[in-house]
Amino acid sequence: MAEVNLAVKKLQEKFPTSVSEVKTFRDEVNVTVQKKDIFEICKFLYSDPDLQYQMLTDLCGVDFFPESPRFEVVYLLYSMTKQQRLRLKVKVGNSESVSSVESIWKAADWLEREVYDLFGISFDNHPDLRRILLWDGYEGHPLRKDFPVEGPDFDKPFVPEV
Amino acid sequence: MTINMGPQHPATHGVLRVVLELDGEVIVKATPHIGHLHRGVEKLAETKTYHQVIPLTDRLDYTNAMGNNLGYVLAVEKLLGVEIPKRAQYLRVMMAELQRIAAHLIWLGTHALDIGAMTLLFYNFREREDVLRIFEEVAGGRLTPTYMRIGGVSKDLPEGVTEKIKGFVQAFPDHIKEYETLLTKNVIWLKRTKGVGIISKEDAINWGMTGPSLRGSGVKYDVRKAFPYSSYDEFNFDIPIGSTGDVYDRYIVRLREMEWSNAIVKQALERLPKGPIIANDPRITLPPKEDVTRDIASLIRQFKIVSEGFQPPKGEVYVSVEASKGELGYYLVSDGSNKPLRMRIRPPSFLNLSALPKMIEGSLIADVISAIGSIDIVLGEIDR
Amino acid sequence: MGIETYLEKTPFMPALDYIVNWGRKYSIWPVTFGLACCALEMIVTSSGTWDIARFGSEVFRPSPRQSDLMIVAGTLTKKMAPMVKRIYEQMPEPKWVIAYGACACSGGVFKTYSVVQGVDQILPVDFYVPGCPPRPESLLTAIVKLQKKIEKETLANRKNVRSTIELK
Repeated sequence: MAEVNLAVKKLQEKFPTSVSEVKTFRDEVNVTVQKKDIFEICKFLYSDPDLQYQMLTDLCGVDFFPESPRFEVVYLLYSMTKQQRLRLKVKVGNSESVSSVESIWKAADWLEREVYDLFGISFDNHPDLRRILLWDGYEGHPLRKDFPVEGPDFDKPFVPEV
Repeated sequence: MTINMGPQHPATHGVLRVVLELDGEVIVKATPHIGHLHRGVEKLAETKTYHQVIPLTDRLDYTNAMGNNLGYVLAVEKLLGVEIPKRAQYLRVMMAELQRIAAHLIWLGTHALDIGAMTLLFYNFREREDVLRIFEEVAGGRLTPTYMRIGGVSKDLPEGVTEKIKGFVQAFPDHIKEYETLLTKNVIWLKRTKGVGIISKEDAINWGMTGPSLRGSGVKYDVRKAFPYSSYDEFNFDIPIGSTGDVYDRYIVRLREMEWSNAIVKQALERLPKGPIIANDPRITLPPKEDVTRDIASLIRQFKIVSEGFQPPKGEVYVSVEASKGELGYYLVSDGSNKPLRMRIRPPSFLNLSALPKMIEGSLIADVISAIGSIDIVLGEIDR
Repeated sequence: MGIETYLEKTPFMPALDYIVNWGRKYSIWPVTFGLACCALEMIVTSSGTWDIARFGSEVFRPSPRQSDLMIVAGTLTKKMAPMVKRIYEQMPEPKWVIAYGACACSGGVFKTYSVVQGVDQILPVDFYVPGCPPRPESLLTAIVKLQKKIEKETLANRKNVRSTIELK
């Protein structure tokens, strides 16, 4: 816990305007930051010798329809040397895009493609942003709250194009 | 020349498609295409109550069903803030480690089959049948047991199972020696696995790899030791690591892991405490069946839990367990209603597979098969 | 069609039927088409405890051109469906299909946007084996019943066989 508070303290020193909210729930620290600074913050967390968050454990999106801003992109970082986890959150509106952290952690390559595929959030400076789980030409982004579970064309018969 | 290693292929461990660009026999570029088994589990989980999601988690990584259940159930328990009785924790550890042995047996059998050693498949599946018989007696299902419940486990050990587990645990180290005599010093195996599919320490961490694929490169990271859950800190075990990060090192790491899992099951069986197997919290656990038919309060409780479920507090948690493939994480966001707002599954094989192009660029086409087998992917988990 | 059209009314036909069906039913070679969890139960059926080789399925051929049975084991998604159809069309006559598992029979637990609700929406199925996953003995029962079905087939009316009918 002490090291995570160190990370939060350092973030608040270096990026005072960015950090909008720090919450703790069940011993986990969630830091909400501004969307425009996310690349700088990640670079700082990766390279700072006291923090050293070398591993991007997870990157995912959450849809809070009908609140606004609607989406949230969540980054879960892990520092192998200090054995600490940190969660960063970024609020994204409907047709906005976030800058990609693929140049810092290569793990973000496929994770960001998945967020684009299922939510429709685009990432700037991503080398290859296209659909990964659904096929090319699929319309719609399934994990949005206004997309039905059975899909929009459930009652039509399915004909595969060979 | 571009070759398509298609979704229907005996050696791709499921429906994985890899497009290889070759220059003679050397691979210039490799692109995996996934998504042929995307079933929409995360979207489906948003329409079910917290109890009803447990069978869905079984079918993610179908070789490691108990581990998947365990991760989800731990996440919900953390969200609720519920204490688990000791006997339930030990039973969970025992079942998860037996499942790890079964998953590694499948890996070894199919990996050896791809490279050419067909005998091991039959030996491994014979051992796995013993484990599945234990699961069937304890939980009722072979491949999809759905044994864990929120608050504990579903059933206690029936009569006669402890002897079966004891017999298995006693006989298993000899079987591992059998596999080692077949493979570890075999010239063909060494030639096909040493120096193949190498990934360095820094690259492996940067690509987000976890599990035996990461430990083969020399990084000592295991969720059971870093963030202990379900009383793993009371057990005595070590974490094997490799040195070079090639296919042979990952093979040795998984063999040693099987031995250590065997030791953990032995310890759990010897020190199994007595007590209840599920937490006594009226919001989440079903009452005993005899009470339901006798008094009205238990009937109402049973009805409410089955039809509506419970309402956890608003918030989010992330819990990860050490599945047989790596760090399996569950990120649950709750908005106070009886259905989860978002259930995100952090699949270990997804990130391990994304590092595949890095491992095989510059090697021969036969090395692709060894490399895919050694990172041990299961498409059910990658595509969810 | 061939020699059957000449021999149709002769007394040679039943004997020819018997011999040909005897050969076909005791050497059914499946093509490896495991998609998801049920594939593991299929592999287990072919290993030591529930040996499928004693029923004639000696090997699981990886190539569809050398096999005559397709066991669709696992969930069929809309992304994978064109490939299933293509592999089915590559198999030579006579061919049979077993839908193994709840997902192949009717979509299973997954009533979502990307799952085909049953393999019979795109292929003609001979036997449905329900279960999630079904025990290996169920697959062996399906193979035995398939052998009984092949016994009753005759070479004469091949043009009415279901795989040549256009599926709407």
